[in-house]
Amino acid sequence: MFGRIALLIIPCMSLLGSCQKESQVDQATREGVLLVGNASEPKGLDPHIVSGLLEANILRALFEGLVSNDPENDTAAPAGAALEVTPDATATVWTAKLRPGGKWSDGMPVTARDFAFSYERILTPELGAKYAEMLYFLKGAEDFNKGVTKNFSTVGVEVIDDETLRLTLRGPTPYFREVLKHYTWTAVPRHVVLKFGTIGQRGNPWTRLENIVGNGPYKLKSWRRTDHIEVERNPYYWNAANVTLNGVRFLPITNTYTESRMFRDGQLHITYAAPPEVVDLMKKEHPEQLRQEPYVGTSFYRFNTKRKPLNDLRVRQALSFAVDRKLLCDTVFRGYIPAYAMTPPLGKYDPPHIAAYDQDKARKLLTESGYPGGHEFPRLKILISSKETAATLAQAVQAMFRKSLGIEVEIENKEWNAYLVAMQDLDYDIAYGGWIGDYLDPLTFLEMWTPNNGNNNTGWDSPEFVKILQQSFQESDATRRFEQLYQAETILIGDAPILPIAWQVKNYLVHPSVEGWHPLLLGNNSYQYIRLVPGR
Amino acid sequence: MIRLILSRIGQGVITLLVLITLTFFLVRAMPGSPYTDEKAIPAHVLARMKAYTGLDLPLPVQYFRYLKNLVVNQDLGDLIKRDGVKVSEIIGESFPVSLGLGVLSIGIALTLGIPAGMISAVKRNTFIDYSCLAAAMVGICLPSFVIGPLLAVGAGLGLKSLNVAGWSSPTDWILPAVTLGVINAAYLARLTRGGMLDVLSQDYIRTARAKGVSESGIVIRHALRGGLIPAVAFIGPAFAGIISGSFVIETIFQVPGMGQHFVNAATDREFFLIQGLVLFYGFLIVGANLLADLAQIVLNPRLRKS
Repeated sequence: MFGRIALLIIPCMSLLGSCQKESQVDQATREGVLLVGNASEPKGLDPHIVSGLLEANILRALFEGLVSNDPENDTAAPAGAALEVTPDATATVWTAKLRPGGKWSDGMPVTARDFAFSYERILTPELGAKYAEMLYFLKGAEDFNKGVTKNFSTVGVEVIDDETLRLTLRGPTPYFREVLKHYTWTAVPRHVVLKFGTIGQRGNPWTRLENIVGNGPYKLKSWRRTDHIEVERNPYYWNAANVTLNGVRFLPITNTYTESRMFRDGQLHITYAAPPEVVDLMKKEHPEQLRQEPYVGTSFYRFNTKRKPLNDLRVRQALSFAVDRKLLCDTVFRGYIPAYAMTPPLGKYDPPHIAAYDQDKARKLLTESGYPGGHEFPRLKILISSKETAATLAQAVQAMFRKSLGIEVEIENKEWNAYLVAMQDLDYDIAYGGWIGDYLDPLTFLEMWTPNNGNNNTGWDSPEFVKILQQSFQESDATRRFEQLYQAETILIGDAPILPIAWQVKNYLVHPSVEGWHPLLLGNNSYQYIRLVPGR
Repeated sequence: MIRLILSRIGQGVITLLVLITLTFFLVRAMPGSPYTDEKAIPAHVLARMKAYTGLDLPLPVQYFRYLKNLVVNQDLGDLIKRDGVKVSEIIGESFPVSLGLGVLSIGIALTLGIPAGMISAVKRNTFIDYSCLAAAMVGICLPSFVIGPLLAVGAGLGLKSLNVAGWSSPTDWILPAVTLGVINAAYLARLTRGGMLDVLSQDYIRTARAKGVSESGIVIRHALRGGLIPAVAFIGPAFAGIISGSFVIETIFQVPGMGQHFVNAATDREFFLIQGLVLFYGFLIVGANLLADLAQIVLNPRLRKS
């Protein structure tokens, strides 16, 4: 029967093959439209409602915050909707001077009132914004969001005039410009949001294709769910004359293998990711198209510090010393960086060098804890979710524990939700986890380990760690603040409620025609200054 | 005949009601909730989110609210994680894609499978028969996630005018439709062969031969109608399955169809979307079975009396 099928298909295909048409990438390059793989269908386009990375990729084209993203430099904070954002001497009160003549994509002016409205909206308890805590940097924001007060004037947001906004923070925040880059701090158009609903209303249809208005370099052109989202030039953007790219087409390709095939077939300029096998292949065939760039993400294991024998510090340390991180990075993760702490090195912050591979130390610690040679060590379970890399990693770590310590662990693979529930209920021994920073500061990797934080999930509670973190909230000197955070991280890694494995590297593919796509730690590349060069 | 149809419709309605109820409670018995997230949601925010979707109410209240909304407003509800999107919108957008792709692939399956099965039966125990059988066996054994990528790499990367995946030009229909079609053709070929062999050994065929009817006349006029019965019984329910989309095919070929929602809605705990999809699929299955029953009655006169 296959013979027959082939007989039918081959003539059809050779007919199709004979008409040489240009590839989608060639056509898009000619039209100045970037084709980007974007992992999955976004949960929405309301910057106050969504909370994911792939949504952020689209929001970056549609909205612009007070400060913008630099296309090349992670720590630079070029002017965005505001000409300048300046702190007072203690870095607690910040004044934003908005760009005169700034406009929304419907031609209405962008004013300080829009920003104040936006901050009020995301903090309004009725809206139930998942990421409202990103705005807790503002004085009084937490109380307002939690309903302690209903009076928004208690929050440190003040409209001086149409072009001036004053933000009073809960304490000195020298890195505030980094925080402002996050999409939760962008403005939504007050006149449009209120046209379609109220300030605290969920399900407000203002972000639908026919309604949405933004202040970014692009505006929404078309949206077909699970197929594509396309943005085109926003003629009202303040810097429209210097925007080099005409548009971006985001494709929600969930399967990374499909995505890689589409890239190789000339259907994509940039992929969201590249699976390990494709990394190996591209290294051989087209190394110039493979990008392997550091990313502010950490892969680690959580220990349940409430369970025996993991409540014993020496056991946790022994397990940590037993893991050869370099080997894991080379073989399982194809290029990740061995982690010696939780926070990846960020600018001037280099975390304490604590976690390391040392079999002798590991054995010694295990013997001291009462399990010489792993004798009578209880059979622990490594909890993972059904993702491929996590499974391979767990198998490798299982073998390392056996080799270094003579202990046996089991791997427990749970469906994603069941895995999260088990972790949040502390119903596990060792659990795989990952964390991606929201902004470029160690705090985004450290704050989660305070005892009441919903992301701790280890049962670890160190008053000293909390005390030092809180001191850092009051420190306006950047160097001294980093010293405090370093101290806090030393306590965290020394106490080992977690076993850091690797700092993530973003493996992905970029077509040679793309010019101006630079490596950035947060992966927050702006699209407007990218050039597409035909014929490459 | 009408009584039969009416009783089938009655059974169908009861089936759907049971289906709704079971799905409603089963999805809520799964571990986790739509709000289980890698980054924990603060308690006060979670309370607001639940209040918005009504998931904070007691289960029986939720159930009757859902039923009332379904019957009175013909509304399948909203998505939980996608603000302001209706379940009916998702089905309305994705079903036409899956329907089109499904019909095309069934067309491929029928044009390949039925003739192959007929030839196999007529040329029983010859080389042709064996090769058809072997090919069909390969088609049944190879899962779509093997055939799909093979076709994508072979044809998609090989031919400039065919995309390996995507849904932007009419040619993008070819690879997913062929993948789906080939697999179903394999089943159809085997079923048709079996049905035909059964009929070809009947007395009335011998009578026809004795009367001097030509071999092609026997096969087409006398044997085919009866021989197709097993294939028709298969194609009814299979049709409902095919036109409601395939997760695997849609993922491999990046097709914006309905199949992916079945899987994603379950992993996302999108309660109302799962319920809506199951109800819709149940509706298709009941309908397709009814049609298959009617088609069998047309093909088999003996069924008309019972």
